[in-house]
Amino acid sequence: MIVLFLIGALLISCGLFFNRNRTVNYILVCFYLALLWLFGVYECFHLNQTEFTFFTVDSLGLLLLLVLCLVAGPALFHGYRYLEKHNADETPHSRGLFFGAMVLLITACSVAYLSNHIAVTWIFVEITTLSASALIYHHRTLRALEGVWKYVFICAISITFIYVGILFLSLSMKGAGIEDMSFASLYQNRLLLDPYWLKLSFLFIFTGFTAKFGLVPMYTAGIDAKDKAPAPAGALLSSILMNLGFVGVYRVYGIMAQTPMQEWARAIMIISGLLSIFVAAVYMTRIKNIKRMFAYSGIEHMGLVVLGLAVGGVGVYAAILHILLHTLVKPTLFFQYNQIYWVYQSKSVNDIGDYFKYNKTGAILLLLAFFSATAMPPSGLFVSEFMIFQSLFESHQILMLLVVVLLLTLIIWGFGSNIFKLLFTPLEKELKESQIPHISPWESLSQYVMLAFSVYLAYNPPMEMVDLINNAVRIIQ
Amino acid sequence: MIDILLILLSISLLYMSIANRLASYLRILVLQGLILFGTTYLTLTEVNTLNLLLIMLETLVFKAIAVPWFMNYVIKKNKITREAEPYLPNFLSLLIVTLIIVFAIILASFMKNEHLDKTFFVVAISTIFTGLYLIVSRKKIITHVIGYIVIENGVMVLSLAVGNEMPMLVNLGVMLDIFASVLILGIFFNKIGDVIKDPDVDLLSNLKDN
Repeated sequence: MIVLFLIGALLISCGLFFNRNRTVNYILVCFYLALLWLFGVYECFHLNQTEFTFFTVDSLGLLLLLVLCLVAGPALFHGYRYLEKHNADETPHSRGLFFGAMVLLITACSVAYLSNHIAVTWIFVEITTLSASALIYHHRTLRALEGVWKYVFICAISITFIYVGILFLSLSMKGAGIEDMSFASLYQNRLLLDPYWLKLSFLFIFTGFTAKFGLVPMYTAGIDAKDKAPAPAGALLSSILMNLGFVGVYRVYGIMAQTPMQEWARAIMIISGLLSIFVAAVYMTRIKNIKRMFAYSGIEHMGLVVLGLAVGGVGVYAAILHILLHTLVKPTLFFQYNQIYWVYQSKSVNDIGDYFKYNKTGAILLLLAFFSATAMPPSGLFVSEFMIFQSLFESHQILMLLVVVLLLTLIIWGFGSNIFKLLFTPLEKELKESQIPHISPWESLSQYVMLAFSVYLAYNPPMEMVDLINNAVRIIQ
Repeated sequence: MIDILLILLSISLLYMSIANRLASYLRILVLQGLILFGTTYLTLTEVNTLNLLLIMLETLVFKAIAVPWFMNYVIKKNKITREAEPYLPNFLSLLIVTLIIVFAIILASFMKNEHLDKTFFVVAISTIFTGLYLIVSRKKIITHVIGYIVIENGVMVLSLAVGNEMPMLVNLGVMLDIFASVLILGIFFNKIGDVIKDPDVDLLSNLKDN
């Protein structure tokens, strides 16, 4: 099935790229969505089976694949709205390239989740760089060029780092006489591997994956990319692509877990996580660009996830739950961003305000999404964030807990002051009636559904999901 | 013989740290490509012939001919000035690259692995970090690309060290090489040349948090 899915997606992507007919394009997109969902459902019934040697449907991969299926539908729908409604200068060529790249990005991520071999994951990470760069450069402006240049350059360095890490990993295997580089064989022989090379390898692979994961040190490229890419693409970059980084780090950390080297990996991840939250806090308190603020909020959440992963205990479970819920919550902000831009024609905080007056449905949604993204109690992320705090507490990291809580308060303050300015502060110069576009409430429907679903998953988790997460945790504990 | 070639590679790094003109950088890249060509031939003795030919073809055609030629073309086409415009004085650059090599030697001395030749490790690590240093210490975008290609060369040396047992990894490295270079050079440098006439980094610094 995985080969069929790959071939089908590739054909559809090529078809989108070469086809200039609007109707055919949208039929192809719908067809792809059907194929993706079929693939997701099919894999549900084939848990722990290996396909085509390099792909195993394990619990973590399946969970991430299913949330990807959930997010892909709204993302493609909003891509359609973005291109059709308010962008008159789109050409058939740019539309084809946009959807072709979206399809390629979603496919590369979904297949990479299931890969059971580090080199295969690495190849699909390369493909995501390629497709993401086409999305970022969609508008062909100088700023977009700058964004895409930085993104491609930093991602090229990051995949080189991952490659160096893979080479070191192979050196550590050589001492133990292991030939098979798949994760299963590495987990089995984790105690035989040479510690010196394994440590270096983790350092390089982790640093490399931070570019996709959105952590210090390589988070920078992602911020520019999410700012410059069209919002539906930005939603994918800040959800499923970050999950790809998470999968990479998680699986490689799994090799070091339950060995004496675990402390080393933990130290690296804790440093990176704390610095990420710190960077997010610093920027979010003074940021004026709404879209970049959403991107920085993602950095904060990934910092929390990696902290949870590092301290262990209930934190590992919480990290996976947090990733899943974040994938549902963060895209809503990006989808909603389009509507804000249509109303104000600006993304600067200085030009916006009084949103309730112009777009009621959107404003209520934005308020709810704000509560969700900052993990305030009705939100789903509150549960997972609370569990991460609990794990910090249980591992006696009280000082770290205090620092994190303090930084999160700063982030909520920065986030809140911008969002409340957008929602409630009256504008100095009111918008003219004719300027305000009519935005149908239906355009916010998918976001409401996603937020509600994230709350449902957090407070009333289905047994199947809990089992899958617990299975995935077993790689580490 | 392999050792001589590898040491030559690290000497070329020292020269790179003090080179002033872009043309000298390109010549060093050609030299490094040729060195890698020779090293590949001497090192990968156990790889099957077809694979070896493929890898050698890549180092020769891609690293030593195509990429430097294309960069030269870009420099001419966009009338980029000849100087590399470093942020730091040459003497300091030389010192820093020397320190990088010393650091790599110290790192290698901690290594207790009889499966890897230490020369490979030292040269590879120092090449990778010199490439990173070139990226942060030079002003022009094209020198960033040169720095990236130096990193790639370092990675190639490292992959050769494990190449006999795992030829697949060397092939992956070749793939990375072609993919990243084509993506960076082919598509975007052309575009940048079209949109901005003088490709300085300064012109690409508008995306900020304000």
